[in-house]
Amino acid sequence: MATSSALGGWLHRVTDSDVWWSFKSSPMTVAAAAVTFFIIAVAFLSPVLAPHTPFDPATLSLSDGLKPPVLISDDGDWTFPLGTDDQGRDILSSIMYGTRLSLEVGFASVIFAMVLGIALGLVSGYFGGTIDAVIMRIADVQLTFPAILVALLIDGVVRGLISVQRHDEIALFVIVGAIGLSFWVSYARTVRGSVMVEKNKEYVQAARVIGLSPVLIMIRHVLPNVTGPVLVIATLNLGLAIITEATLSFLGVGLPSTEPSLGTLIRLGNEVLQSGDWWITVFPGITLAALVLGVNLLGDWLRDALNPKLR
Amino acid sequence: MLAFILRRILQSIAVLLTVGVVAFSLFRYVGDPINAMVGQDTTMEQRDELRTKLGLNDPAPIQFARFIYNASRGNFGLSYRTSEPVGRLILERVPATLELSFCAAVFILFVGVPMGVYTGLYPNHWSSRLLQAVSLFGVSLPPFLVGILLILIFAVSLHWLPSFGRGETVQIGWWTTNFLTWSGLKALILPSITLGLFQLTLIMRLVRSEMLEVMRTDYIKFARARGLSNRAINFGHALKNTLVPVITVFGLQLGSLIAFAVVTETVFAWPGVGQLFIQSVQFSDIPVMAAYLLLIGLLFVVINLVVDLLYSAVDPRLRGGGSVRVAGH
Repeated sequence: MATSSALGGWLHRVTDSDVWWSFKSSPMTVAAAAVTFFIIAVAFLSPVLAPHTPFDPATLSLSDGLKPPVLISDDGDWTFPLGTDDQGRDILSSIMYGTRLSLEVGFASVIFAMVLGIALGLVSGYFGGTIDAVIMRIADVQLTFPAILVALLIDGVVRGLISVQRHDEIALFVIVGAIGLSFWVSYARTVRGSVMVEKNKEYVQAARVIGLSPVLIMIRHVLPNVTGPVLVIATLNLGLAIITEATLSFLGVGLPSTEPSLGTLIRLGNEVLQSGDWWITVFPGITLAALVLGVNLLGDWLRDALNPKLR
Repeated sequence: MLAFILRRILQSIAVLLTVGVVAFSLFRYVGDPINAMVGQDTTMEQRDELRTKLGLNDPAPIQFARFIYNASRGNFGLSYRTSEPVGRLILERVPATLELSFCAAVFILFVGVPMGVYTGLYPNHWSSRLLQAVSLFGVSLPPFLVGILLILIFAVSLHWLPSFGRGETVQIGWWTTNFLTWSGLKALILPSITLGLFQLTLIMRLVRSEMLEVMRTDYIKFARARGLSNRAINFGHALKNTLVPVITVFGLQLGSLIAFAVVTETVFAWPGVGQLFIQSVQFSDIPVMAAYLLLIGLLFVVINLVVDLLYSAVDPRLRGGGSVRVAGH
């Protein structure tokens, strides 16, 4: 009973808030949220929902290869709703598994960038001085380069340091690290700015007087003040991270083709595009575009909803 | 003013040096240059001898100075992959990338700015709303996907335009150009649109919001009261005042254009510097990567510097303090 009333109270707080109201009154945002969460749910449930297991060689048959989608095929056979690729893999199932992988890389690299950026921003803003100068100059230099180039460089360097075989095994970590390292700057700058404002306020001084450690002060007292802007950056970065992963995989420096993400699927389809088998490329492409568009719309809305100036 | 210029130049040099250190560390410490030069049967003594001869045993600062000196003369060592001088490899491919980026820039300016002006002047017209919606789609589509869709429509289905390569080129000195043959010009169309589309939507949105802002100001009302023609107001007064931020953003975008050419060149098998860079990443061809990093770094720093100086020349309020930066990914 107690838990249900607590849940009810929490629900009431959510539905009573300004942010919820601005969400409800924007049909475009509601639609974007619906599309995004539908894609995310289907992707993460792909082991249950997918009609085939596309990357288990035992279930593949070359005689199923290059079947067109059911809507333009003559036999009306629904075994492969969106057709198959040259190996006989079901496109729909490939997309579901691929989206899951793209999302995993996206979320993981955003979280990595966020943790790294917040930590460096807190340290930079709280301690100031030389350490601040060093971190911020590195940020300046990195900001000079587009994120995709930074990620490419990191990937290339890792390839130089380890063998090809080993690289395929840890490709997932390499790509998450590369994307994460190329996105930390915006978090660090935002957090640093807020910390410099907050650290001279009385409540932080009071916390210092009662002898709390700098780490505790930063995490318990300063960090909660920057959740809003960090959340906005994270949402907008999720779209960018998904695009960056897809681009890297498309360029053939991302994930190996044994474990294809959406970008890898598009690259594999692109190799046979000239023969007119468009569905292998177009359906993963549409999924990618819909996902990124949905995430971007949510990010734009969140930015406006959390910005008190625009209320 | 002089102090501001000097400070900006010093900052730029510091950034360049940092990029240089990163490039040098790649060049020197990732992968072994000796391994790339000698065969399997070379003894350890011979390797050490070669190491000393090449100065690889000197202190790091001396090696760094030598690296920068060589780089400034266009000498970046030999490619691990093709054993050709990196400087020549890059130089051969520079014209393809520059011509592609130039066409994309022209496309952005001559399509993006008019679209922005139109949607800014008539924000509630249905066609403006349509353009706004399409531009939102434009920023969410990854460039490589745009390229693939264009190839699918205009090359595979309609057979109007080629889907890969530069077509026929004409050699003028060391520069190869697309502009003098019909097939070269046709080959430029799809890659330029692909490369420019993302930035086009950015410029269009920027011009639109600036126009909306300017059209509300008093001097536009006065201009109307004086009975000036719409044309004179829209282009003589309004557009002129929106151009300062547009020039800034566009200048910064020029650098991104050349960087993003990496993706477009891969989609269209365009033999430019970006394609070379991707190949070098795949093969971990460190000398090429280091050289590309240095060149792109130089390009970005110079563009940032010029844009900052131009900006402060146009807008006196900025001369006192820091620099203007537009973060772009």
